[in-house]
Amino acid sequence: MKFAPDRRRVLKAALVPAVGVAPIAFVRDVLADAPQPSAPRVYLNEAEFAFVEAAVARLIPNDALGPGAKEAGVAEFIDHQLAGPYGRAETWYMQGPWKKGSDTQGYQLKLTPAALYRSAIADIDAHVHEASQGKAFVDLDAAAQDALLHELEDGKVELAHAPAKTFFKILLQNTTEGFLADPMYHGNRDFIGWKLIGFPGPRYNYVAEIEQHGKRYGQPTVGLLGRDGRRVMKDA
Amino acid sequence: MDVRTLATCAALGAVAACAGAAVPTPVPSESSHAAIARGRNLVRAGDCAACHTAEHGKPFAGGRAVPTPFGTIYSTNITPDDATGIGTWSADDFYRAMHEGIARDGHHLYPAFPYPWYTKVTRTDSDAIKAYLDTLAPVDEPPRENALPWPLTLRSGIAAWNAAFFHEGTYAYNAQKSAQWNEGAYLVEGLGHCGACHTPKNFAGAVKRRDALEGGYGENWYATSLANDVRDGIGAWTEQDIVDFLRRGANAHATAFGPMAEVVTHSTSHLTDTQLHAIAVYLKDSPPREASAASAPGRDVATHGAGLYLDDCAGCHMAQGEGLAGVFPALKGNGVVQANDAETLVHLILTGESAASTQANPNRFAMPAFDWKLSDQDIADVASYVRSAWGNSAAPVSAGTVKDVRAKVEHIVEQ
Amino acid sequence: MATRLPKVDCVLVGFGWTASILAHELTEAGLQVLALERGGFRDTVPDFSTTFIQDELRYAVRNGLFEEPERETLTFRNKTSETALPMRQLGSFRPASGAGGAGVHWNGQHWRFLPTDFLQRSHIEQRYGRKFIPDDMTIQDWGVTYEDLEPHFDAFEYLCGTSGRAGNLGGQKQDGGNPFEAARRRDYPNPPLKRGLAQVKFDEAAKAVGFHPFPCPASNTSRAYKNPLGVEMGACTYCGYCEWFGCGNFSKSSPQTTIFPVLIGKDGFEYRVRCEVTRVDLDKSKTHATGVTYVDAQGREFEQPADLVILCAFPTHNVHLLLVSGIGKPYDPQANAGVTGRNYAYQITSSVDVFVDELVNPFMGAGALGQAVDDFNGDNFDHGPENFIGGGYLAAWTTGGRPILQSHVPDGTPTWGSGWKKAMADNYLKSLSIATHGSVMSYRDAYLDLDPTYRDVYGNPLLRLTFDYHDNEIRMSKFLTDKAEMIAKAMKPRAMHAKPRKAPYSIVPYQTTHNTGGAIMGTDPRTSVVNRYLQSWDVPNVFVMGASAFPQNAGYNPTGTVGALTYWAAEAIRKQYLAKPGPLMSKA
Repeated sequence: MKFAPDRRRVLKAALVPAVGVAPIAFVRDVLADAPQPSAPRVYLNEAEFAFVEAAVARLIPNDALGPGAKEAGVAEFIDHQLAGPYGRAETWYMQGPWKKGSDTQGYQLKLTPAALYRSAIADIDAHVHEASQGKAFVDLDAAAQDALLHELEDGKVELAHAPAKTFFKILLQNTTEGFLADPMYHGNRDFIGWKLIGFPGPRYNYVAEIEQHGKRYGQPTVGLLGRDGRRVMKDA
Repeated sequence: MDVRTLATCAALGAVAACAGAAVPTPVPSESSHAAIARGRNLVRAGDCAACHTAEHGKPFAGGRAVPTPFGTIYSTNITPDDATGIGTWSADDFYRAMHEGIARDGHHLYPAFPYPWYTKVTRTDSDAIKAYLDTLAPVDEPPRENALPWPLTLRSGIAAWNAAFFHEGTYAYNAQKSAQWNEGAYLVEGLGHCGACHTPKNFAGAVKRRDALEGGYGENWYATSLANDVRDGIGAWTEQDIVDFLRRGANAHATAFGPMAEVVTHSTSHLTDTQLHAIAVYLKDSPPREASAASAPGRDVATHGAGLYLDDCAGCHMAQGEGLAGVFPALKGNGVVQANDAETLVHLILTGESAASTQANPNRFAMPAFDWKLSDQDIADVASYVRSAWGNSAAPVSAGTVKDVRAKVEHIVEQ
Repeated sequence: MATRLPKVDCVLVGFGWTASILAHELTEAGLQVLALERGGFRDTVPDFSTTFIQDELRYAVRNGLFEEPERETLTFRNKTSETALPMRQLGSFRPASGAGGAGVHWNGQHWRFLPTDFLQRSHIEQRYGRKFIPDDMTIQDWGVTYEDLEPHFDAFEYLCGTSGRAGNLGGQKQDGGNPFEAARRRDYPNPPLKRGLAQVKFDEAAKAVGFHPFPCPASNTSRAYKNPLGVEMGACTYCGYCEWFGCGNFSKSSPQTTIFPVLIGKDGFEYRVRCEVTRVDLDKSKTHATGVTYVDAQGREFEQPADLVILCAFPTHNVHLLLVSGIGKPYDPQANAGVTGRNYAYQITSSVDVFVDELVNPFMGAGALGQAVDDFNGDNFDHGPENFIGGGYLAAWTTGGRPILQSHVPDGTPTWGSGWKKAMADNYLKSLSIATHGSVMSYRDAYLDLDPTYRDVYGNPLLRLTFDYHDNEIRMSKFLTDKAEMIAKAMKPRAMHAKPRKAPYSIVPYQTTHNTGGAIMGTDPRTSVVNRYLQSWDVPNVFVMGASAFPQNAGYNPTGTVGALTYWAAEAIRKQYLAKPGPLMSKA
C-alpha cells in the first residue's frame, strides 16, 4: 500500500504544535507597559528576582544606545527558564560520582541551573553583606555592582557552593539568551535586542533580497508569534 | 502474493484495454478474471474502501465513522463474510442496494451510502464489483451502531426521503456526445459520486440537482466548484491539468488536500488514462463563465492581512503568491482561495493539511496548522488579503466565519 | 526477560541517512527490513513547521533535536593518565535523535573526499617518504578508492539534489567549479545557490590573493527538484535556519525530503521509534549475530531476531554497541593491539571574523551557502616545507544570522556592559566569518573504550573518549587560519579577529559533530573492524555504516562520503552478500 497521509496526526499536531510548545496565552495585559513588580514569579523569589534584574541591568545596561536587559524582560526570561526543563537540567546526565575535572571536561557540578542560581545568589549576597555593611547586591551603586560582577567573572570571589566563574558564565549566557531569543520566552520584549542589532526576526523567505547586496532589509521585525513583541508562550 | 491476487493482476491489462469502450462494458461470464479485474477498477473508481475501511481496520470490513450533518453513521462490512459481511448476498441483492439503496433484508440504507449516484451503475458493472468483492478474504467484523438522534434512527424516514429526493435510474447514454464524454459522465455522475461533495445540498442533505458540481460541502470542507469558472472553478484548467490532478494529486493550479487527497490517493490515481481523460472531457464540457468580481476588503484589513501573509505564508507560497510549481500551490488565481465559500481556505489555515501522495507524485508536502498561533481576526484578515491580492477576487472573510469554522474543526479533532 | 519477536531479514539500528538509504535499497532487493530508532518519528509537518521551527533558543541553544545526555552520553578525558568524566550536557558535538537522524539538522554541506584521502598512508609515504609520518600517527588506507566510490557519490548527490558547479567533469577542468576536485561523471543536479555579499567578497578577495574560489556544494536546493526516486523537493528560501533545525519548506535534503515518501508504508519496510538497541545478540560461536535486543519507551525489553544486522547509528553509538556486544577485539593503546574503538578522530576548525563597512545581512543564508577555496585541502599543496600532514578548506559560509550564537564582535570587545552592547549594534549586520575546516589524523592515544565507572540508563557502561589535538593538527590549523587571514585582509576590512584553535581539545564549546573512527574499515583484520564493504570481520552478518568507518578524518564535512559508502555497501550486500551470505573478503 502507498503511504497515506495520516490526517489525524496532522490534526492532533495542530492542537499541540510540537513537543514542548504549549498553547499560547495572550498576556498583553500582564506585561503591558513597564514590568510590574507584582507580576508572578515562577521560580525565583522576590529577592532573587531583584538580584537577577539588577545584575542583568549591568550586563546589558540601559544606555545611550537604548534600553537594556532589564527593560527587555531578561529577568522574567531567566525566571521562566529556571522554572522549566533547562532549570531542572532535565536532559543532562546527572549521575555520580561527582568530581571536579578539568576545564576541558565541562560542567561537573551536582547543581541544576535552578539550584545554582539559588545558591550562588545567596552566597553572593552573603559576600556583599559582609563586605558592605549589611547591604545586598541590589543596594550597591552601579559602579560597585560592576566591580563585583568583574570579580565574579574573574573568579576572585569565593562562593560556598559553586565557583563564581561558573555561575557568572551561566548568568551572562542566560542574559544574552534572554536579550536575543524570541520574545515568546518573555525576554527581548518589544524586540529590544533584535532591533538593537538589526535582526528582522525569523522570516522564512529572502529569495528576492539575498542578491540585493549591501541593501538594508526593510520589513518590520517579527517574532514567531507575530509583530507584537509582548506575546509570550504560556509555560515557556 | 497469493494466487488469487496474481490472477487479478494478470487480468488488469485487459481492463485498460476494455475500459475505454462504450459504457456499459459487457461482462463475459460470471466471475471471470476480466469481470473481477473490471470490478477491482470500479471499486477504485467508487472509492469504496475510503468509507468501508475503519482507521487501522481491515480493508472493506467497515466500521469507519462517516460524519453527516445529522449524526455519525458507521460504514458496513462489505467483505464476503457470511455472518457480518455480504457473503450471503446474491448479485441481485447487491444490485438492489446499489440501485435502490435497499439492503438484502429489505431495510433502507442511509444515503451516506451514495446510492443516489450508484443508482446509475449498470447491472453488469454492479455484478463486476460484487464479483471482485467476493474475492476478498472474509473478515468477521460486526457492524457498529450508528450515532443518530431520533427520529433519524427510524429507517422508515428514508423511504420518505427517497420519495422526495431520490431519482432512481440507470445512466442514460447521450447520443449527442462522444463515447468518451459518456464514459466520463458515467464515472462522474455514477461511481465517482463527485457531486456528493461538489454539489450544494438542501436542508435535508440532498443535492440541488440544478447546481450540479458548483461547489458544496463534504466532511466539513467546502469542495470547490468544478464549473468552468476561471476564478473559483476549473475554467483555467486544460484537460491534461484535470488528468494530472486526478492522477498525481497536483497540477500547476492546485494541490489535492483534505478529503480530496484521500480520493486521489485511494481512487483516482488508480484509474486508467482513458478513464481520466474521459472525466476531463466531461468536466470541461460545460459553458465557460465570466469571472465574477467581488468586493475588496477594507484598507486596514488588507494591510494587516498583507503583513501576516509576508510573516507566515511567504516562506512557501512566495512573496507574490506565485507558489513554487509542482511543490507549493500558487495562491494567485487559485480556485480554493477564491471559492465563493471561504470555509475550506479557513479550515486549511486553521488545521493545515497533507497533500495527496500518489505513485506518480509520492511527496508528502504538507501545510502546518496555524490555529494555535493566529487569532480569528488574523486568519480572517490574511484570508481576505489572499482572496483579493494579485488579481484574485473574492469576498472578504469575517472573524465570525473563522470562529465558526474553528469550532467545527476542533470538534472533529476531539472526535 | 526479553520478549522474543518474529524474525526479520534485516534489522537496522537507527533511522537516519544511512538506514534510510539501506532500507530503500534492501527492500528493493526483496528483504523485510526493520529500522529501530531510539528517538521519535519526525516529519516536515508537523515537526519542522515554519510556524515554530525557526526558534534559536529552543533548537540551537537548548538542543531541541538532539540526543539527551540523561539517557546516553560518553565520558571524556584528554589523556589516558586522566580520569574521564561524563559529558553532562551537549557541547563540542551534538548527535541527533529521532527519525532522519542528523540528516534533519545538518547544514547540507555536501562534499566528496579527495582520491588521496582514501590512500592516506600509502600516498604520503610515496610522496614524502615513510619518515614523514610521526610514529604515533596511526593513519591508514581505507581499502576503497575514490574511483570505487565515484558512482555512489554521484547517486547520493542526485538523491539529495545537491546544488553546485562541477570543477572537473571526467578529467576536464570546468570554469567556476573547484579545480582541485576529482573527476566526476556529471555535473551537480542543481546549479549553485544564489550568493550573498559574504560569498561575493570572499570570492573577490580569494582571487586577489591567488586562490581558486568556487561555490560550496549544497544540499539546499537552488530550485525545485525531483530526485531519481520520484520524490520532489522545494527550493531554498535562504531563511538561515538549517543547522540545528529541520527544514520547514522541503528544501534541505534529509531522509524526510528525499526517501521517506517512497519508503514509509512500502511493503517490506517497518520502523519502530523510541526503541533503543542495547546489544547485538551473538550465538555461542560469537561469529554470528542472531539479532538485536532493544528497550522500548515503556522500558520493555525485546529480542528482535534478524538474519542481517546493520548498525546505522551515530559513530560513537556504533562503537559503543560493538563494544558492549563483544564484536571485534577492543583496542588497547598500550599494546597498540585490538581494533574496536581504534583510530577515533574529529575535525579541527578555526575562524577569522571580518568586519566590513557594507551591510552583509547575515540572516539571509542557508546551511551550505558558501564560497570556498580548496587550495589547502588534502594533498592539494606541497606538504614538504610545512612538515605536517592534512589540510582543509577555507570558506565564507552564511548559514544564518541567528543572534544568540551567530554574532561577531571585534577582538578586544568587553564580554558585557555598554561596550559589548555597542559592538553588537555596530557589527551584527556588517560582519562575516571565514571558517577553516581541517582534517584530523588518527593517533595511538585517540580512541574509544568502555568507561569503568559511569553507566547509562540501561546499566551499560558509558563509552569513554580519550582525545586531544596533536601538534600536527594545531600546526596545520594555524596554517589554514593564516591563509584565511590573507583572504580577510584582502577584503580591506575595518577590523578582523582571528580565532585559531588551540590545544587542549575541550568538550565544552561547540565545534563540529564530525566524530569519526572507532569501527574503521580496511583490508587487514588486525587493524580494522570492518572490511572494505563495511562488513564486520568477526561477525560477517553485521555491517557497520557511517563515519565510524573512517580510518582518519579528512578536511571535509563527512556526510557526502558517508552517503557514498552506504550506497557502496548496499551494492555489495545486494550483489554479493545476499547471493552468498558470508564474509565478502577473506581474513588472510
